[in-house]
Amino acid sequence: MSDTLLVASRKGLFTVRQGREQRWRVDRAQFLGDHLSLVGADPRRGSWFGAFEHGHFGPKLVRSRDKGETWQEVGKPAYPEKPADLKDVDPMGREIPWSVKRIWALEPGSEPGDGRLWLGTIPGGLFTSEDDGGSWQMVRSLWDHPGRKQWFGGGADLPGLHSICPDPRDPRHVRVAVSCGGVWVTRDGGASWAASAKGMRAAYMPPEQAHVQEIQDPHLMVACRERPDALWVQHHNGIFRSVDGARTWTEIGQAGPSTFGFAVAVHPRQPDTAWFVPAVKDEARYPKDGRLVVTRTRDGGRNFDVLTRGLPQVDAYDLVFRHGLAIDGSGEVLAFGSTTGSLYVSNDGGNGWQCVSEHLPPIDALRFV
Amino acid sequence: MPRVSFTPNLRRHVDCPTAEVPGRTVREALDAVFAQNPRLRGYVLDDQGALRHHMQVFVGATQLRDRVTLGDEVPAGAEIHVLQALSGG
Repeated sequence: MSDTLLVASRKGLFTVRQGREQRWRVDRAQFLGDHLSLVGADPRRGSWFGAFEHGHFGPKLVRSRDKGETWQEVGKPAYPEKPADLKDVDPMGREIPWSVKRIWALEPGSEPGDGRLWLGTIPGGLFTSEDDGGSWQMVRSLWDHPGRKQWFGGGADLPGLHSICPDPRDPRHVRVAVSCGGVWVTRDGGASWAASAKGMRAAYMPPEQAHVQEIQDPHLMVACRERPDALWVQHHNGIFRSVDGARTWTEIGQAGPSTFGFAVAVHPRQPDTAWFVPAVKDEARYPKDGRLVVTRTRDGGRNFDVLTRGLPQVDAYDLVFRHGLAIDGSGEVLAFGSTTGSLYVSNDGGNGWQCVSEHLPPIDALRFV
Repeated sequence: MPRVSFTPNLRRHVDCPTAEVPGRTVREALDAVFAQNPRLRGYVLDDQGALRHHMQVFVGATQLRDRVTLGDEVPAGAEIHVLQALSGG
């Protein structure tokens, strides 16, 4: 079980550790005042990463090779020079800037011997690094794919690639998800890509376009580590599940108080077990009746437990962003952090939760390390 | 030669002392600074080399007009100020 959690917040990076009597507490605060949009880790090398969103100065990436004692700025992914005669606009005619606006996904490749890192960004570019994040190369095959022209921003102004799921059985097989751009799969290490969101439904589009794969809004996609053909998506319009490696998706109709939310976590060994943090759907975005709950299925989405022990059930208006729910490698320890700055950890698969703090800055992302 | 100075807020992230560099345009002067300090470039310019959205550059008291190619001319000995607007909570 992991005993260390990294927390990326609007005002700094926090390291949270489990101490005596299984109590979790904030152990270290770093980069106070700076906005971190993401934390990542590469267990193959022992490297930790933090992604900054300096409002004026642009996104930056730092790496630690000593478990967070010290951090160094490393190479920032950068878009290639945009051809002067190219008109690159989204379906609404808005210009897509060829410049990183946010680092929104960072995952190690799947093969222990493969040193590759994958990185996703707003406005949609995917990058890889072969040198522990020292330098980055854009995956042009996805950026240049004609289907990318259909991507657009949902709540954000621009599309963003936020989920990367390498297949542990084959480092050439990688699944990514984009808001709003659906799910994309490569089986040749990124040389070619195909849309893979069949079965998803977009209620925000006219009925005849609701099932177009390239305009779906998966808020987050996760894959079961030991059963990688089992994937879950918390979508703008509900919860979707795939049991065939993202080829087809099935909507889960009911899940406790709401099927709307941003985050999802899947158990690393049990593909039918997944957790969500629901909110009133999409124009409202707060916990139903002011009761903060986590929903959990253990049978592939047929039934859901509504988990409340240790969570506030009166006047709680926490929203959990897509990277704000994390699970450790054992599948027993979970944590979520909210826009209200509340942080909760469970040591028993979500049955009970302990409050670490209700006073952190708004939380963007968590990662067990 | 123009003198290029940077907002102190940038120094929290990257060392950027005031520099005297050759340059007939803002682009040439900034490129000369970035040649000595490559990491600074990404804090001031976006991936396409345009001035970042919330950054400002003044040549003396005159605000930069060409934020894309930074082609504004720089008189000999001018002060170039690279600034930002702090905002938000």
